[in-house]
Amino acid sequence: MAVVVWWLVRPTLNVKPWVEQRPVENVDGRGVLPLSPVKVGLGVFLAVATSLFALLISAYHMRMMGADWTTLPLPKVLWLNTGLLILSGVAMQWTRGAAQRGQIDGVRTGLIAAGVFTFSFLAGQLWAWQQLNASGYFVATDPATAFFYLLTALHGLHLLGGMWVWARATVRVLRGVELGKVRLSVELCTVYWHYLLLVWLVLFAVLLHTHT
Amino acid sequence: MTSVTHDETHFAPPAEVGEVELYHPKTFIGRYIWSQDAKVIAVQYAITAIGIGLVALVLSLIMRLQLGFPHAFSFINPSNYLQFITMHGMIMVIYLLTALFLGGFGNYLIPLMVGARDMVFPYVNMVSYWVYLFAVLLLVASFFVPGGPTGAGWTLYPPQAILDGTPGANWGIVLMLVSLAFFIIGFTMGGLNYVVTVLQARTRGMTLMRLPLTVWGIFMATILALLAFPALFVSAIMMTLDQTLGTSFFMPAVVSRGEQLPYNGGSPILFQHLFWFFGHPEVYIVALPAFGIVSDLISVNARKNIFGYRMMVWAILAIGGLSFMVWAHHMYVSGMNPYFGFFFATTTLIIAVPTALKVYNWVLTLWKGNIHLTVPMLFAIGFVFTFINGGLTGLFLGNVPVDIPLSGTMFVVAHFHMVMAVSPVLVVFGAIYHWYPKITGRMLNDTLGKFHFWVTFLGTYAIYYPMHYLGFLGVPRRYYAMGSNVAIPESAQTLNEAITIAALAVGAIQLVFIYNLIWSYFKGKPAGGNPWRATTLEWQTPETPPKHGNFGATLPIVYRWAYDYSVPGAAEDFIPQNQPPSRKAEGTLEKTLDAADLGAQKPGPLGARTPIGKKP
Repeated sequence: MAVVVWWLVRPTLNVKPWVEQRPVENVDGRGVLPLSPVKVGLGVFLAVATSLFALLISAYHMRMMGADWTTLPLPKVLWLNTGLLILSGVAMQWTRGAAQRGQIDGVRTGLIAAGVFTFSFLAGQLWAWQQLNASGYFVATDPATAFFYLLTALHGLHLLGGMWVWARATVRVLRGVELGKVRLSVELCTVYWHYLLLVWLVLFAVLLHTHT
Repeated sequence: MTSVTHDETHFAPPAEVGEVELYHPKTFIGRYIWSQDAKVIAVQYAITAIGIGLVALVLSLIMRLQLGFPHAFSFINPSNYLQFITMHGMIMVIYLLTALFLGGFGNYLIPLMVGARDMVFPYVNMVSYWVYLFAVLLLVASFFVPGGPTGAGWTLYPPQAILDGTPGANWGIVLMLVSLAFFIIGFTMGGLNYVVTVLQARTRGMTLMRLPLTVWGIFMATILALLAFPALFVSAIMMTLDQTLGTSFFMPAVVSRGEQLPYNGGSPILFQHLFWFFGHPEVYIVALPAFGIVSDLISVNARKNIFGYRMMVWAILAIGGLSFMVWAHHMYVSGMNPYFGFFFATTTLIIAVPTALKVYNWVLTLWKGNIHLTVPMLFAIGFVFTFINGGLTGLFLGNVPVDIPLSGTMFVVAHFHMVMAVSPVLVVFGAIYHWYPKITGRMLNDTLGKFHFWVTFLGTYAIYYPMHYLGFLGVPRRYYAMGSNVAIPESAQTLNEAITIAALAVGAIQLVFIYNLIWSYFKGKPAGGNPWRATTLEWQTPETPPKHGNFGATLPIVYRWAYDYSVPGAAEDFIPQNQPPSRKAEGTLEKTLDAADLGAQKPGPLGARTPIGKKP
């Protein structure tokens, strides 16, 4: 965290404001980063989400030291889900490319494809819950199961939040607005999808590492 | 960042007003209720926070009545005494101080001080307030549910927080946890605004190193809060699951009232780690905005530039970074590996270095200053005293062997109230007296203000100084009544009575303050645009109170740092940040070292200072 802040302010932190007489350093009115405020906002939000998931993972590891820790048989469907989430990330990336090239048709196809893959992922996660439930692993059965439900639920909720932005962009594209009005949403979604894919890969690796 | 060099007489053209996508309300409701104007949101935050804070103040007075005059009041019993402690602590730390400093002062001051028209995401900002209000209402609701609010202590430690026998172990604790979760969601929305506005929406010329320290303090506190609150969020969710669904994240195997509960193997220590990973940065979330504001109050009222501006900024960054490495000093009594304790004791003492640096700089700013003892200045100086007192006892408690015998006593209560209750609250008062004229256009009454200050300042010393001594005597904290014992002399009770009387006086004087706020709103002396003759941008707005959009047709351009006070040769003893360096005709490129215009480079009141890095 401190490193991030340091990196942000490094170019300007060393000036002596009391002798500095140049009227303006950032004459073109840009901020610290040459990005739109919304993108910086997303970046800050990702930092918050990173803090959340990192804390959850460390709590997971601390709880594993408990004497009652039992490992959890992970449902096989998680592998399929991981594939689906990767596909949705690829679709988002492709949509972003189409948006940059100015192909509204591509954007439409890409958004719909990404949405389908993402919904399939979420459905797959629910299916995994179903399988665990069916084999007698309820949320309060043992700590590993409880963490599994908690981690997947929080990740899924973050993805659902992203789906809200996705839905707005998709509706606008289907209504036929010009590309410029959805380009930013597409870019934000792409970054967010990649981020949540990364989070899922880390979570999945942690779960795999500790399952039977 | 491209480096653009201008000479002194160059006038940058005004910042262009692009299409300002401000929401323009038409109706009363749109303007004052569902408002997207950061200034209105700030006032909404402030009123809500002060309102709920008064509830917490009354709770503390009820506790004092019980401690001073045990068993004299039939409506206080051991169970609701614990509930009062819990709610007092939680409300004061989170719902009052965090919300007021970041939601209140952050919203009001950040856009004005950095020269922006509003926050970058006004809609999200509005939602932030309403989520906060919802969290407050949930918290208030817990007073009215069966079993009442939780009585688990503000730290909400499991397992006792959710075991039968603790007051509010069913409804109360769940409402508290859910309310905290909503508070964090609401805060995150606001916090994104504060950070991105500071990073991306500053006006031309407002470099990071020209920001007033108030903005630096609020900015860093927001970053801390954004990264620390997730820890509380996670623990709130996990404890809610423990309570409602019977998971065992934190709950060990427990036999309660002869009955084996279904919990097994959970770790209460895990909760403590998560809680304090949030809880310690929380101290600085409250303290850093106070540090920033106090720096500005002292500089304005001493008519002198802040001593060591760069050092102040670095200290804020250093404190922010270090505050994530000290959390376990709250857990010495929970038992830990000695090396672990040694590490946290060391980091705790290290964090005193940048903090002490700031204290020295405040004192050196006062040194030979042209001190105006206005009400905000009184509160600022009061803060410095109180903060030093509270900070010094912190050095005691940071050491494991001293902390262990003291941590269950009133000494700790005295310490943390001095350092993170009285100190920030003094700054809150100072800041309200300072910015009230900008918010309402009228001055607060000076006589009432001084009366308020002296009773509050001396009163809090009358409360908390003796409390240190009670702690040494071994008077335990959190106890409903001491009972009869041989360890504590009778005189401790007399002291407790005296403390209670002082607390009642301090509580009562706050009514004078509230009266002053309301009376001055209608009858106060008109303030004008810049009553304190301050340099920062919020005092340079065309209207007072500023309209939505803050700065009229063009945004101000910033030419200098925020601390050009008493510049030798200057016409006035302050030079606003947006005053150009030279008033020579446009197009003249003749360089000038005219003292009146380049005052910032001239020797300050402390003596000769060579302009370093200045091209001839």
